[in-house]
Amino acid sequence: MRELNKGWPKLDEATHLGKRTPRIDAADKVTGRAKYTQDVNLDSMLHAKFTLCPHGRARVQSVDASAAQALDGVVLARAIVGEGEELEHAGREVAVVAAESEEIAREAAQLVRVEYEVLEHNVADASPDLAGEWAREQRGRDQGDVDAGFAAADVVVEGRYGAPIVTHCCLEPHGSVVEFVDEEHVNTWVSTQRISSQDEDLAGELGIQPENVRAVCQHMGGGFGSKFQFDVWDRECARIAEETGRPVKAMLDRDHELMVAGSRPSAYADVRVGVKKDGTITAWESRSWGSGGAGGGSSPRLPYVFDKVPQRRTHVSIRTNTGASRPWRAPMSPQSCLITMAALDDAAAALDLDPLDFFLKNLPFTERPEVYEEELLIAARLMDWRGRFIPRAAQQGAVRRGLGLSLHTWGGYGHDSNCSTTIRGDGAVTVSCGTQDLGTGSHTVLAVVTAETLGLPVAAIDVRIGDSLLPPSGGSGGSTTVGGISSAARDAALDALRQLLARAAPELNAAPEECRAQGGRVFVAAAPERSLGWTEACGLIGPEALSGSGRTDPELMADGVGGAQMAEVEVDVETGVVAMKKLVAVQDCGTVVDLTTAESQVYGACIMGISSALFEERVMDPTTGACLNPNMAFYRLAGIGDVGEIVVHLMQTEAHHARGVIGIGEPPVISPIAAISNAVANAAGVRVPYAPFTPRAVLTALGKGRGR
Amino acid sequence: MKDFAYAVPATLARAAALWREAPDASRFLAGGTDLLGMMKDFVIQPARVISLAAIPELRGIREEDGALVIGAMTPLGDVIASPLVRARCPALVQAAAGIKSPQLRNMATLGGDLLQRPRCWYFRRGFGLLGMKDGKSLVLDGEDRFHAILGNAGPAKFASPSSIAPALVAAGAELLVWNGEGTRRMAALDLYRTPEREEESEFSLAGGEILVAVRLPAARPASATCEVRQRKSLDWPVAAASACLDLENGRVAGARLVLGQVAPVPWLVDVTSLLAGKPLDEEGAKAAAEAALKDATPLAGNGYKVQVAEVAARRALLAAAGKAG
Ligand SMILES: Cc1cc2nc3c(=O)[nH]c(=O)nc-3n(C[C@H](O)[C@H](O)[C@H](O)COP(=O)(O)OP(=O)(O)OC[C@H]3O[C@@H](n4cnc5c(N)ncnc54)[C@H](O)[C@@H]3O)c2cc1C
Repeated sequence: MRELNKGWPKLDEATHLGKRTPRIDAADKVTGRAKYTQDVNLDSMLHAKFTLCPHGRARVQSVDASAAQALDGVVLARAIVGEGEELEHAGREVAVVAAESEEIAREAAQLVRVEYEVLEHNVADASPDLAGEWAREQRGRDQGDVDAGFAAADVVVEGRYGAPIVTHCCLEPHGSVVEFVDEEHVNTWVSTQRISSQDEDLAGELGIQPENVRAVCQHMGGGFGSKFQFDVWDRECARIAEETGRPVKAMLDRDHELMVAGSRPSAYADVRVGVKKDGTITAWESRSWGSGGAGGGSSPRLPYVFDKVPQRRTHVSIRTNTGASRPWRAPMSPQSCLITMAALDDAAAALDLDPLDFFLKNLPFTERPEVYEEELLIAARLMDWRGRFIPRAAQQGAVRRGLGLSLHTWGGYGHDSNCSTTIRGDGAVTVSCGTQDLGTGSHTVLAVVTAETLGLPVAAIDVRIGDSLLPPSGGSGGSTTVGGISSAARDAALDALRQLLARAAPELNAAPEECRAQGGRVFVAAAPERSLGWTEACGLIGPEALSGSGRTDPELMADGVGGAQMAEVEVDVETGVVAMKKLVAVQDCGTVVDLTTAESQVYGACIMGISSALFEERVMDPTTGACLNPNMAFYRLAGIGDVGEIVVHLMQTEAHHARGVIGIGEPPVISPIAAISNAVANAAGVRVPYAPFTPRAVLTALGKGRGR
Repeated sequence: MKDFAYAVPATLARAAALWREAPDASRFLAGGTDLLGMMKDFVIQPARVISLAAIPELRGIREEDGALVIGAMTPLGDVIASPLVRARCPALVQAAAGIKSPQLRNMATLGGDLLQRPRCWYFRRGFGLLGMKDGKSLVLDGEDRFHAILGNAGPAKFASPSSIAPALVAAGAELLVWNGEGTRRMAALDLYRTPEREEESEFSLAGGEILVAVRLPAARPASATCEVRQRKSLDWPVAAASACLDLENGRVAGARLVLGQVAPVPWLVDVTSLLAGKPLDEEGAKAAAEAALKDATPLAGNGYKVQVAEVAARRALLAAAGKAG
């Protein structure tokens, strides 16, 4: 049989692909029908809570859980660290309590008495002067003739830039529920970015067969890279369920979540950039430092995007006694982008050049100059950059506005995924895939691809995901999900369709390869009047459903995206308050599966980026090592009134469409901090070195206010 | 939170009697938006919570002998919506309207706002009102960016958190307090004190005393509040100022300026002598604002608040005089 067209349909021939499908689980979410792990409540379920270490670094001398155990309603209370064990940051779990209610468990966790030997700690990372045991020089990197580059420069511009540790602050905290069905079979509900392998970790912990574990995660309230691990709380939840024979729920409270369940490393750098008068970059040198917790941190990728500039970089990794970092949406990229784009923007300002011209001029130093040029020009049009740009320090009055821009890049190649599509005799279609929906739109992507392939309305597709019993799929990290699941779903739907056409063709007096499915009908391509309705055709299937299986298909995917963003802010130079006016985000991602969900990813990323540009920072107390803002009153996130207007433009031309599907979850979160930093510098007339750009940071940069 | 007993008395007398049964272990509950958060964080662990919701005297907004009396249990949303309050004290409405969350406006009460506990993150993490450890101030050695820049010579470094209090103090409001036997009156400013020791309170209410109402005087000075907030959504001001001006033929006869979030108490500055006899203009407002901050003693990391408070003060004075800042 000749192959059905396996590639994606052309943009102008597609019915659903690249069009706007409202998120298929939207109604479930807004009505509360969508159930998250947090919502799972089982009969006779116990609640687990943890006693946390209050010190920046300490050795456990003794743990006495007897008072907790004695509290009414407590079923179990015990230490989970050994005597003599060293704890490397405040918030480390020391003891666990399981009780009849969450409130009793919380109260009991406070009653566990722990003796500590308090050890010296460090929570500071913003200064390059830290030395000794806390700082470790990493291997640097040299590329090209840096000295010649600086010698050829007309001007060398120096600056300091950086971003502090922020947390993931997932609105649904980490955690799981574990239930023993019998001694050998376990159900778990878990808030995870990789449901397909959750069963193995749990089975390993409990010493049972992975196929006897069923892990479920239908809906998920954000992970951003922090929900890949099988964590202490998952382990304790399983152990207590095994010990007590009762279902157990262990979801983190907000303070616990913000202290330990994920953070983005800090990165700071002193940068020198050599430039010619005409704006050409000749050399880059940077000395960076930063921390991702007790293990130190990884080095930012500098210079970012402008890879081909002659460069020399060194990095000092700083160990801090803070909750360990976890991959944060485009790991290290927002920090690298901020440091690079801010340094380049300062170079443009030093030369009195419009940054748009300066960046355009230097695009040959990037991997994909044509894409960036196209995207920058579109962004400039959407921002009216040419009409609105005012050079730095050329404004009067308290409230000044500013524009800034930034470029970014990402991979986004799809992961390995399996998928199955069944068609029943009554025409019902089910697509099943062991992937998860982090709020990103996986449900909708699978429905769109399947509907497109079978020529059906999106609403006709029943989507099953978030279950370890389904065909295994990869973890949702690195923007790999959409490529993996969309190509596997296409493959599976085509396999099922071939089988259906084989049954229908004889009825149409045609060969299967002459038939097509579209518009809810199965017909002969050359003579569309010879057709069967979808249900009629499926009536030929018989009692046993058809089942198609599919795998990730490299030909349907691609790798590597660009993106350009421009920010407009207003800065009150008397109060230091920065207000977002507008953020323009131009983004390519190859084949757009669903325009609405793809745009939503960009909107969400912009909001997250704005939030960490203006507000977010984990504040640690130097004396005790405690986290001072592990709640959402003090750990500030942007509210809807703080984000301004966001304009999203997806590159959806036949040329981009023809590349194949590429992930989009991470790239648009990379540029906002950099673009906003540049806009603030443009408005305020000075660079505010470190994010977040708070009144304190802005006024300090302006030299206003008294004291330090 | 720790388990507790709950009572809903219908009279002030009954509420006070319940309190006396367990004076150290009782707390009054108004809207609960502050109290319950503190209980959930185990910062306080009362054994008994006494709701004030069923006591009629604590509710309502009414005029009495020319004065305006606002019950302590009046939700902030009702204060904002009241034409009576708006006509008499724009500064108060503006301050209340700065609290952006509809949930808070519906639940939080006027009395609860005035009596909310400091937002000092050391206090809220269980290090006590003064934020001390081993006899040393954690604030001085640590993260002081939101702390006091005035009145901070003693051990109290926290900033008074209520953004309503400055407006009331500027307006010369009085408070009616039920002390178990009768009602006493005090100036709004006298509700606040700067504790010298950990056991002391930042309020001058005796244990078991109940705030009944706020009383705005008959006079209707020109007034305005200017807050500098970083977020447009829910947040506390970085610094704020409320100003009340007695104007006679366009000239200032009296001027009260109160700064919020800058000291352990609402910070009253009498700027009458600087402004009296002249119409209020940009220059006068600037001079008065500078004078108000002249003696500021910022900590290591909060010098920026001096600038912010000065701007808020200037803008509040100008706004009170009907001029844009
Ligand atoms: C995120 C967030 C942002 C906020 N932003 C602001 C802001 O910008 N400005 C601002 O001013 N506030 C702000 N608040 C605080 C909020 O306004 C207060 O929590 C609220 O006003 C407290 O009122 P309540 O009625 O809920 O008091 P409760 O929480 O019930 O009580 C507070 C305290 O007052 C005592 N109390 C209450 N009423 C009486 C009474 N009649 N007599 C004696 N004692 C009494 C209680 O015992 C308790 O100690 C914010 C709060 C949050 C959570």
